[in-house]
Amino acid sequence: MKNPYLPLAMRTEKIVIETDDKNIKTFSLSFLNEEDESSFNYLPGQFVQLSVLSEGEAPFGIASSPTQPGELEFTVNKIGVLTTALHNLEKGAIIGIRGPLGNCFPIEAFEGKNIVIVSGGFAFTTLRSLLKYILYEENRSKFGNVTVIYGARRPGLLLYKDELKEWEVRPDLDVHLTVDRADDGWRGKVGVVPNVIKEVAPSPENAYTVVCGPPIMIKLTLPVLRQLGFPPERIILSLEMKMKCGIGMCGRCNIGNKYVCKDGPIFTLAHLNELSGEYKPGGRNFETKK
Amino acid sequence: MKEMKIAKNELVSFLDSLISEYKVFAPVKRDGFVVFQEIYSGSEALLVYANSKKPPKEILFPQSEVLFTYRLGGEGLGIEEPTFKDKQMVIFGIRPCDAKSLVILDDIFNSQVYKDVYYIAKREKTLVIAIGCNRPSSTCFCTSLGGGPFSPDGSDLLLVDIDHEYVVQAVTEKGKQFLKKHSEFKKVEEHSLSLMRSVIETAGVLIKSKVETGEIKKKLDVMFDDPFWDWLHEKCLDCAVCTYLCPTCHCFDITDEALDQRGERVRIWDSCAFPMFTLEASGVNPRPTSKERTRQRIMHKFKYFVDNHDMAACVGCGRCIKECPVNLDIRTVLNSILNR
Repeated sequence: MKNPYLPLAMRTEKIVIETDDKNIKTFSLSFLNEEDESSFNYLPGQFVQLSVLSEGEAPFGIASSPTQPGELEFTVNKIGVLTTALHNLEKGAIIGIRGPLGNCFPIEAFEGKNIVIVSGGFAFTTLRSLLKYILYEENRSKFGNVTVIYGARRPGLLLYKDELKEWEVRPDLDVHLTVDRADDGWRGKVGVVPNVIKEVAPSPENAYTVVCGPPIMIKLTLPVLRQLGFPPERIILSLEMKMKCGIGMCGRCNIGNKYVCKDGPIFTLAHLNELSGEYKPGGRNFETKK
Repeated sequence: MKEMKIAKNELVSFLDSLISEYKVFAPVKRDGFVVFQEIYSGSEALLVYANSKKPPKEILFPQSEVLFTYRLGGEGLGIEEPTFKDKQMVIFGIRPCDAKSLVILDDIFNSQVYKDVYYIAKREKTLVIAIGCNRPSSTCFCTSLGGGPFSPDGSDLLLVDIDHEYVVQAVTEKGKQFLKKHSEFKKVEEHSLSLMRSVIETAGVLIKSKVETGEIKKKLDVMFDDPFWDWLHEKCLDCAVCTYLCPTCHCFDITDEALDQRGERVRIWDSCAFPMFTLEASGVNPRPTSKERTRQRIMHKFKYFVDNHDMAACVGCGRCIKECPVNLDIRTVLNSILNR
């Protein structure tokens, strides 16, 4: 019987500072043991529990794509005990990992469809995993048009800046970057994500939209997507909650009768609307039921 | 079900013989409280008692349990994996409500997808010998939850106290094999069986508290936004005693404890009554006040758990009623829900 609480060992191969406030870093990790690497099979949207032994464990979405074998990437915002411990690590440090946990984006359903990726702030991590998966040479033809609408408060807070540059010039990708406040060199849009969605007005025809961002962005984005004609069944969200076990036993991450760790973290808006339970932010539903 | 009997004056020597073979847990009196502990002599076991202060769930799901140890600063993570070499165990003298709670815990920790190896390793090595309740307490309401003072659910053997002896019912195959193996169990006469039936009948009548729990879920299905929750929590102190003493509550925290180069990852009981339970590092708390937390406790036990496991996460043991410092009586709560 596999012990679901035992972390596997990974070595920190690279640490990239993502933002100008230095609060967000991306960690590239590789498995210490080859067997662990071959048994760790994941898809975009899944998460893991990362351990810094003596400090504890916390959940993180996987930011890399399974199409880049041999390494796993996690983008970490320094905000609490464990994230601070991670930020204090240097190249070569050993990190524990449990997973992959949770469900993934409905990739099979996405095939043949246009995909609209909407994100704000540092929630872009698992969407980057999805995007890299879709853009992978052998996968790209399985999906239709891909639109990315991604915003941050200011240019310096956007993640994966080098990749964004590459993506902006790709002919098979429609990228719209936006910031709340521009600086001198900014050439993208200015305005909050929901307003940019209105302006870009992606077609709901044969399309799925995947939304991940801070609660306030989600709250204001959903009505815009509904207005554009996206049905709740094709609006995909990735949720987060405080978690400990990651396997549906410790009892804290439930929304109604579903556990975000085990039944999620990926839900359709239609599914969420059926659940009774606490959603962020503060209020009940993402979408008011009529 | 094949019955046998054991004379009361043989029980201590029977327990003594078990102790040589098994790790035996039984109710004992410690610091004025009845608790389940490992006994090293049959005479330690308390045979006349209502129920233990703390539920015996902690034998299989300890309040604090080391998941693994590690040594920092070496190669890799330095983890020393647990070996699960526990001895075979007997839980003797558990009440039927608490035995039933093991069925509920089994469904959580031995789920289809994930296996909690720590719980399962102990559970598989455990034989459960329950003693039925001749004199249920005023706070008992097991019969409202599909149980009863002599309900066999979760037990391998069930003992019925008929004054001078116990009639023993083998509930599971494991229980049957155990009976065969131990010569202390004798053939039972019809007279004892009729005494047993009357004891069982009398005890059932003694349970006065009744809640129609069958209707509760239907009510709760549409009560998430009900103003009921606005006032229900008002006297709750968030002390969490109801969850700590509940035989079915299973929420836990996982934490690291390290000193110098040695460390342990520990799992400890946690409670949905605490604000920190769901507080995220960002400062966001999806259950910020006692209102949301009280609602979560009731909803989890009587709606969400029923949705997922087809049974309520409550066995009617009454510990939360007995020990609540502000008399927030779950039976009253449930009846108020029914009346909405």
